[in-house]
Amino acid sequence: MQFFGGSEISPSPPLPTASGNNGHMMYVFNRNGICLLYREWNRPLHTLNAQQDHKLMFGLLFSLKSLTAKMDPTSVDKGNLGVPQLPGQGCSFHSFRTNTYKLSFMESPSGIKIILVTHPRTGDLRESLKYIYNLYVEYVVKNPLYTPGTPIRCELFDSTLDQYFRSHLIHMVELAKLMVAHHPSFPVTILITTATKPDNSTATDNQSRLIHHSCHHLPPPPSPDSTL
Amino acid sequence: MAPVAPRSGDAIFASVERVNSELFTLTYGAIVRQLLTDLEEVDEVNKQLDQMGYNIGVRLVDEFLAKSNVSRCVDFKETTEVIAKVGFKMFLGVTASVTNWDADGTSCSLILEDNPLVDFVELPDTCQGLYYCNIISGVIRGALEMVSMKTEVSWIRDMLRGDDVFELHVKLLKQVPEEYPYKDDE
Repeated sequence: MQFFGGSEISPSPPLPTASGNNGHMMYVFNRNGICLLYREWNRPLHTLNAQQDHKLMFGLLFSLKSLTAKMDPTSVDKGNLGVPQLPGQGCSFHSFRTNTYKLSFMESPSGIKIILVTHPRTGDLRESLKYIYNLYVEYVVKNPLYTPGTPIRCELFDSTLDQYFRSHLIHMVELAKLMVAHHPSFPVTILITTATKPDNSTATDNQSRLIHHSCHHLPPPPSPDSTL
Repeated sequence: MAPVAPRSGDAIFASVERVNSELFTLTYGAIVRQLLTDLEEVDEVNKQLDQMGYNIGVRLVDEFLAKSNVSRCVDFKETTEVIAKVGFKMFLGVTASVTNWDADGTSCSLILEDNPLVDFVELPDTCQGLYYCNIISGVIRGALEMVSMKTEVSWIRDMLRGDDVFELHVKLLKQVPEEYPYKDDE
């Protein structure tokens, strides 16, 4: 029996990548619209100040949620658009995609909203969002000196998130892109094994997982001498 | 599809790290002991324990949600069932049963037959008014408030006072709808 052991977070789900450096921004809100955390990894353009930006993002999610609930063809009991809903009432969305980015969204019943803005070709991020929620529990909620509902200042949480997004995956994909750039006919597949916990509780855990990242479908970059 | 909420906390209980229950029980005892010394009045201690529990509950709910994969409960009945079967198991290692529903489904009793907090405890004559486990009612109140349910939680039966089980009465006062938090003129 172990005393005071921090509970272990299961191995992180790999970020499903389609290409390139994936994470753009991440927001964490609570129910009162307070932005607990904002991180950005790759955001070339800022058009608003930070506070307006956060408010707009929260407003977008809030409105989109009530719209999606209103348009739900499977449920009959819905109020007028804009009428406050009880948490958990109505349906919700988990992502939307534009031609320039993809927004993935998760909301816990306790009102914590986690938003990831990524490359438009990113796959399903729901597992990643759940993993981030777990990180939030371990590094933020369990910190006795953190006051719930205030912006998160926690280096450990930040660095763990950074690590998750910038993990070896990015480098591998960058390398693959480079190889594809020089040899367009040469398909590159990255195989990543994620080691499982040493104390395997079930038999199926014994096998390490294999994730395939195929990069051969990347469009060849424009060659320098091409004329338009 | 939303994941189906687990109907028992056994699997989660088995997977999280635990501490020695005696250490846990005695630590809690030491806290209550210290509160009695500091606050002197038993009523004040009850209040303080409830407040401490509340503070724990508002945090604990996130851990509960993250680990249990419970996404939503359709009604208050399901909520209490999940607390009794999953929540209690996850954090105290015991399960409770839910009974005594009132007609409109807003109040019920959680029955605890086994409570690790009270091992070694006997109430002396000077502390007869003490709700020794008042922290638990605070935790439930705090956790439910975070999922937008205002509740009132109180002890009805207490084994330390000679009853045969612990009985917690949970009453749903109000469900708070989700409102847009910003004012227009901000």
